[in-house]
Amino acid sequence: MNAPTKPIEAFLEREYPAGFVTALEADALPKGLSEEVIRRISEKKGEPEWLLQWRLEAYRRWLTMTPPGWAQVSFPPIDYQDIVYYSAPKRKADAPKSLDEVDPELLRTYEKLGVPLHERARLAGVAVDAVFDSVSVATTFKKQLGEHGIVFCSFSEAVKERPELVRQYLGTVVPQGDNFYAALNSAVFSDGSFVYIPKGVRCPMELSTYFRINARDTGQFERTLIIADEGATVSYLEGCTAPMRDENQLHAAVVELVALEGASIKYSTVQNWYPGDKDGKGGIYNFVTKRGDCRGARSHISWTQVETGSAITWKYPSVLLRGDDSVGEFYSVALTNHRQQADTGSKMIHMGRNTKSTIISKGISAGRGSNTFRGLVRVTPKAAGARNYTQCDSLLIGERCAAHTFPTIEVRHPSARVEHEATTSRIGEDQLFYAMQRGLTAEDAVSMIVSGFCKEVFKELPMEFAVEAQKLLGVSLEGSVG
Amino acid sequence: MLDIRNLHASVDGKPILRGLDLHVGTGEVHAIMGPNGSGKSTLAQVLAGRDSFTVEDGSVSWDGVDLLAMPTEERARAGLFLAFQYPVEIPGVSNAYFLKAAVNAVRRHRGEPEYDAMDFLKRVKAEMKAVGMREEFLYRSVNEGFSGGEKKRNEVLQMALLEPRLAILDETDSGLDIDALRTVADGVNRLRSPERSMIVITHYQRLLDYIVPDHVHVLSRGRIVRSGGRELAHELEERGYGWIDEAQATPAAQGAAS
Repeated sequence: MNAPTKPIEAFLEREYPAGFVTALEADALPKGLSEEVIRRISEKKGEPEWLLQWRLEAYRRWLTMTPPGWAQVSFPPIDYQDIVYYSAPKRKADAPKSLDEVDPELLRTYEKLGVPLHERARLAGVAVDAVFDSVSVATTFKKQLGEHGIVFCSFSEAVKERPELVRQYLGTVVPQGDNFYAALNSAVFSDGSFVYIPKGVRCPMELSTYFRINARDTGQFERTLIIADEGATVSYLEGCTAPMRDENQLHAAVVELVALEGASIKYSTVQNWYPGDKDGKGGIYNFVTKRGDCRGARSHISWTQVETGSAITWKYPSVLLRGDDSVGEFYSVALTNHRQQADTGSKMIHMGRNTKSTIISKGISAGRGSNTFRGLVRVTPKAAGARNYTQCDSLLIGERCAAHTFPTIEVRHPSARVEHEATTSRIGEDQLFYAMQRGLTAEDAVSMIVSGFCKEVFKELPMEFAVEAQKLLGVSLEGSVG
Repeated sequence: MLDIRNLHASVDGKPILRGLDLHVGTGEVHAIMGPNGSGKSTLAQVLAGRDSFTVEDGSVSWDGVDLLAMPTEERARAGLFLAFQYPVEIPGVSNAYFLKAAVNAVRRHRGEPEYDAMDFLKRVKAEMKAVGMREEFLYRSVNEGFSGGEKKRNEVLQMALLEPRLAILDETDSGLDIDALRTVADGVNRLRSPERSMIVITHYQRLLDYIVPDHVHVLSRGRIVRSGGRELAHELEERGYGWIDEAQATPAAQGAAS
């Protein structure tokens, strides 16, 4: 009856709990981007010449490119000379050799964030790599994983210890000149995670990376590369937070996944970068390129993302279905509140025969948030028997938010079967009153409805992440009965 | 136990309740009848705490507590239950989950242990049997795609599970065929007890053949204009609401002019 109700508003006004700043000394390069800066990043990391040349090539391409203008987002132009491209927590001597040598202040930060680094890691059975500003600070469980021949380390370490793997796969899924932000990342990336699962190995635990932007004016440009060799299986999780700051901060990451014959990679993200305040001041620009390559027959790549943070999200985790009988999946929950903007979705490119893909997207818009689903399903002329199912649902909370859907379907093989379903619904004042009349608070009622809406995506998340995602959306566990 | 005095309520500045008085004792069943637009549903919603209505004047005391000062969910937890005229659909939320959350919210408030999944299922299945609902309704979304009768049964099921002290049934008979009406009424009658008061709102006396009230009130233009026993309902059945309105016309016109 009356426009937006008080309970909804109160629910939407909650503060960002991860918005603290950690007092740490940082070793940072001055602001700005040039060949010189790239050379210094490469030098600081002690990289081989080929990698420096690779970065410089990316930089030269980037100089010729312009930012994409097609997304349903708006923000003032970014001054790329006003960003710090390298910032690392200062160490006393060399890099820490074990967790005991890591700055306790840093460990406390991760504790506050609920990252299970120490004993908690063992209890939870999650191997964690944590990237703070630009460098990776700790990788747990290295030894146990090593016994299976699994490599799980920071990208910098991988460059030193497994250069042949890095060189063989880097940029083969997302080339240097793929897009404006990927090119920038290729030029300046400072760290990230690297995973290699050898032939026939099933990774015995969930691998996990936590990213945190701490320093002011710093961009975070991490690069993640995951390779699952023939018949290998891995599940990888990433979580992200940042302190509250009034300026916008840029996060332009690249993630490349390679699945060889019969391999399976499951990649889950819970993204909670600082979204800016309720008037849209500050927040992270999350411009990310994520792509998986089902290179071998019967390979399987699955993306699951829960995106609740960032002022602007621009990402389209995609799968190239090259191998025959390969499978690509994308499950997404994207929530925008206040003045957040999200333009996200997926691309499924069918090239092999009998390839299958699924896209399930749940967009929740609240406050003045704008939520856009953008999808591409392409069936190439060789992809006989390709199948896709896309479902794209939008939930509106309040009266001032927006939801958009831009699906694109290109089919060039007559045997293809492509399905697309879309719905839009709104949480109504009558639903809240009904639930409250049964003794639930408005907050519980909203959570329950949102949780019910996201059910199909949450069930794809590994258990510990599902819990975190539910908490993030302020929800209690749906489906515990029946 | 429930004492409503001089209640005035409006929606969007338009007065609906204009000085309503009603006293409901513990264990009593009161029927409120009246023509469309007389304020029956408004009374139900104001008592339940819907914020789209504004209380302009008057008081509602419930066992000595100021009911109007309590938030909606607190009223529910303290034992006020409204069976909706139009039960609301909540897509994506299973009925089982919703019912369990509601029952546990009330149990917590009463200091009783919360049901775990097994205890809850046992209890809810027994109650469903009693109101003639098939088990599949547990696993469907709340009221989504339910027929009119199924929705009303779901309301009575919730009432049985929540064990309210005061139940308000808002036109529970509307949209029901005679068989469904009988099942729903049986469900309600089972819940009659000396500790539980009920306010049964209805347009037709038909429902009162099945749920026999202790008192009958006639609501017209936002006020109780006649009160009596069961026979008043029959009188209304025979004569319609016209004579009530006519009897009211003179004083109401005077009231408006002053």
